[in-house]
Amino acid sequence: MPVGTSSTLYRQLAKAIPAERLLVSAEAVAPYECDGLSAYRQQPLLVALPDTIDEAKHVIQVCAQLNVPVVARGAGTSLSGGALPHESGVVLSLARFNRILSIDPLNRTARVQPGVRNLAITEAVSTHGLYYAPDPSSQIACSIGGNVAENAGGIHCLKYGLTVHNILELKVLTMDGELLTIGSQALDSPGYDLLALMSGSEGMLGVIVEITVRLLPVPEVTRVLLSAFDDVEKAGKAVAAIISSGIIPSGLEMMDGPSIKAADDFIKAGYPKDAKAILLCDLDGTSNDVASQIVKVEQILKENGATEIRLAENEQQRLAFWAGRKAAFPAVGRLAPDYYCMDGSIPRKHLGSVLKRIYEYSAEYELDVANVFHAGDGNLHPLILYDSNKPGELEKAESFGGRILELCVEVGGSITGEHGVGIEKIDQMCVQFQTLELEHFHAIKNAFDPQRLLNPGKAVPELHRCAELGAMHVHNGQLPHPELERF
Amino acid sequence: MSDRHKHLADQIAGACQQGKQLRIMGHNSKSFLCHGNEGEEFSTLEHTGIISYEPSELVVTVRSGTGIQELQATLAEQRQTLAFDPPCFDGQGTIGGAIATGLSGPSRPWNGSARDFVLGTRIINGKGEVLTFGGQVMKNVAGYDVSRLMAGAYGTLGLILDISIKVLPLPEQTLTLVLEQSADQSIEYINRLSGQSLPLTGACWMDNTLYIRIAGTEAGIQAARNNIGGDVHEDVQFWNSLRDHQLDFFVNDYWRISLSPATCMLTVEGQWLIEWGGAQRWLHSAEPPENILRVADQAGGNVQHWKHDDQKYLRPELDPLINKYHQRLKDTFDPDRILNRGVMYRDL
Repeated sequence: MPVGTSSTLYRQLAKAIPAERLLVSAEAVAPYECDGLSAYRQQPLLVALPDTIDEAKHVIQVCAQLNVPVVARGAGTSLSGGALPHESGVVLSLARFNRILSIDPLNRTARVQPGVRNLAITEAVSTHGLYYAPDPSSQIACSIGGNVAENAGGIHCLKYGLTVHNILELKVLTMDGELLTIGSQALDSPGYDLLALMSGSEGMLGVIVEITVRLLPVPEVTRVLLSAFDDVEKAGKAVAAIISSGIIPSGLEMMDGPSIKAADDFIKAGYPKDAKAILLCDLDGTSNDVASQIVKVEQILKENGATEIRLAENEQQRLAFWAGRKAAFPAVGRLAPDYYCMDGSIPRKHLGSVLKRIYEYSAEYELDVANVFHAGDGNLHPLILYDSNKPGELEKAESFGGRILELCVEVGGSITGEHGVGIEKIDQMCVQFQTLELEHFHAIKNAFDPQRLLNPGKAVPELHRCAELGAMHVHNGQLPHPELERF
Repeated sequence: MSDRHKHLADQIAGACQQGKQLRIMGHNSKSFLCHGNEGEEFSTLEHTGIISYEPSELVVTVRSGTGIQELQATLAEQRQTLAFDPPCFDGQGTIGGAIATGLSGPSRPWNGSARDFVLGTRIINGKGEVLTFGGQVMKNVAGYDVSRLMAGAYGTLGLILDISIKVLPLPEQTLTLVLEQSADQSIEYINRLSGQSLPLTGACWMDNTLYIRIAGTEAGIQAARNNIGGDVHEDVQFWNSLRDHQLDFFVNDYWRISLSPATCMLTVEGQWLIEWGGAQRWLHSAEPPENILRVADQAGGNVQHWKHDDQKYLRPELDPLINKYHQRLKDTFDPDRILNRGVMYRDL
């Protein structure tokens, strides 16, 4: 039995939640001490595993009353530390909210609980010829509630959008203990677009307890073209040329030399090993449309200097082409004890030049880097290789990563395309946003959570933090946030 | 083509100091969707022009006073388009107004809505401060999604200065098919088709006729045509007339009901036009408004009464709980409540 504040907290929570679903011992809460960003670890005061919306509401009300922080957690696959516990807070696990509540094939929607795995939705609706489009690479494990909280993407975003484009309605518990219905079963709802505001809000505004997702018909055919290039800039130009031609591929992925080699060594993907870049171009739709698009894309790839072009002849071969890309992270993971996955997004036209700068930084920091990109939508995932057992290497990797994100902002992009800010990129938020914008973010937070108990310390930096950072990083002689007092 | 953001921001800051209310206006083509208020007219029409447009990036950044038709014409030169196909009532409308009202055309269920295509906005808040949210990239989850919050907020949270919008290629070809069917048959048929891999971009039922638009390559269209059936409809202006409410149906006042697409015909007597594959329905009816509201509510739909002199049912009151958060967001962006106050809802 815990003591002090936690004892009161425990007793209050235990009024509605049985003891076996309130974890307090160091051993029991250990699995919750980190998410997919395992470099950051923190044990919470307590982990609550409610079973119903009423139980979750009870947790929230007790925490609000005792002024205890609440960190909602789905499958814990966040790559930005979004589900990192607070040392004096409760982890509100939604793992038991794992039911698909209803499927409506004619309206092409499914009502699901937040703990349902992303891929489980597609599996459940496949008998109707439907699927759920957003497919983050963690889709086998990540939960749909976390997908909404992070506005998760995946490889099919260019054509099918992010999570925000594929949901209709949310049920959200606020810190006041209210159950809000946001959005509706229709395509629009009266008032402000709170559905957009809630998507990607990183558990800062409310706790999502139910989601209605939109489903799409499974395309008649999907074909993939694999092409190789002897220069990354040529591959970047080919990407721009495909999109300018009026074709929107359902997936358009790029891998650079180091990641090609890693993937091939790992699962024998059969990729051209001497290539400096490969492109995987998925085309889907009706068979006639796809057939004519293949001809067009092949021509564009040739014109842009592809050294090799392969068309997967059947579904088995298509999956084999993709296997290397999908295994890229674990494959790169074999090259060094640790890797640090970045998530910047940039205008596509800068792909080649940004990659060159990343290689320059790599030489400067003496840390290797392998790159995989969602090239179609300009989302980069540089994987920085390091060894956390070597003193100072993690800090070096983080500094390298920070430079990449600042580079993304410099060319007009964003510090995060799909992984979220979390705890990881909180400092780079000071680079991307000015004081006024950050003040408005804090005000939005206050509108929903005036006690600031939901996921504190994440997503939006405190202004004094930015001022202190600004004092350290003076870019081109321009002091960021000059309006703030400095001591 | 001019950048008037400084001037506009100064004017709003001045109005804020004087406690003067403003009514933001572009072409004034959608004023019938706004409640009257005491605000002084405040035009965006001098703030015009395309700031950047690179077809290979699929992004255009444009000043809010730019006309929708002018923008679409520029995009069409590169065989691209605003895929949410915003209405141009009276042939008018600015892109700022299109985003502020969040209205989308007949392709909405398949292509997405106005807000879906918003990538970034620069706004002036109610204190005259210029703020930038989002950006010009497809994927961006840094900070709350304030840009998309501006879509459909009717300028009550800020004057939209510039917008970055995702654009899409124009389809190679489009074709309209017509089938004679009852409303309920059509609702079921189009929702079954929507669950199949077909290149649908429009579906509308009126006068016992279902109109279906398909788009894609020539070969793709032919295959889809065989699958769907029906006869070819030659009137190429049909979908634009529908979008802009130029069809004969759209006279006097009418109701808009937004609901899940496969919902059966509602039990309200009147003349119906059904689009968005069933998700947006228009109605002329002599039944008491309370009946219409009740039946729509029971079906999980929401209702607006368009173009009626009495604006009582233009936009029924918000749920009190949801309204609480609207009021707090209004306080965040426009604490003195000078921007478009009351245009959407009382006090907002």
